[in-house]
Amino acid sequence: MNDTITTATIEADPTVPIIRITRDFAATPAQLFRAHTDPELFARWVGPDRTAVTLDYWDARTGGSWRYVGAHDGMEFAFRGCFHEVRPDRIVQTFTWEAEPDGVALETLLLEPLGERRTRLRIQSLCDSFEARDAWLRSGMEVGVDQGYAKLDGLLAAGQIAEGAGESADGAGA
Amino acid sequence: MSDPLSRVFAALADPTRRDLVARLTEGDATVGQLAAPYPVSVQAISKHLKVLEQAGLVSRRTEGHRGPVHLEAEVFDLMTKWIERYRRRAEARFRRLDAVLAELDDDEAPGHRPAREETA
Repeated sequence: MNDTITTATIEADPTVPIIRITRDFAATPAQLFRAHTDPELFARWVGPDRTAVTLDYWDARTGGSWRYVGAHDGMEFAFRGCFHEVRPDRIVQTFTWEAEPDGVALETLLLEPLGERRTRLRIQSLCDSFEARDAWLRSGMEVGVDQGYAKLDGLLAAGQIAEGAGESADGAGA
Repeated sequence: MSDPLSRVFAALADPTRRDLVARLTEGDATVGQLAAPYPVSVQAISKHLKVLEQAGLVSRRTEGHRGPVHLEAEVFDLMTKWIERYRRRAEARFRRLDAVLAELDDDEAPGHRPAREETA
């Protein structure tokens, strides 16, 4: 735990179509778990930036299911899946982008306590083919995801996220 | 593993090959030069180079393994761009999550839980 992962690390496995992401958070495992299972909290950060996320249904328990829609620049992106297992230290769920309804990824989230109110999050996404995995890696390039960064940093620096999120700073970007 | 991007990822999964690529960013080098620092045979390094070559990451100017090895920076840049872009999106999401978690700190200290837990 001396090596804190303060910014996301990523690995694309060469032998299985998996993407792994690791990131440490200044929070307890219980808080991180809540941010992933409480619908109101989840909708606030899942993003992307400048995207209004609406949870259609959300039943964060083993055997439950979920669906949410993100609205970005007049376009809607809908995702859905099932909660295969929901435990304080582990969330396993399926993930499908409805525009590609035949594709489904299996996501495993592991919450590891690091002590001193820090928690490591490991996310493993197993796609159903290398092509699908690599399409995920390439995806989003057309959405202009970088535009919101300056604005987001500004909000974080000013501690303004508390005031209810995303849409208030539209003028900051390009 | 037929698609090009997967071959690139596979090629870069090995630490020796990553190291070879890193050294080739400084300029072309022969197999012998590349192999020199490693405690393995030139043949082993040749094999690694072959994997890199098949992934389109490096090329050789001449046939017969004598010519210098050249890094195909374009392929390399494209791949790292994709994965870095993906990583940055994840990081942006995590920063939003940071902000939400920072609020939970406050929420989680309602009167019945004095902030005394760390004195033991």
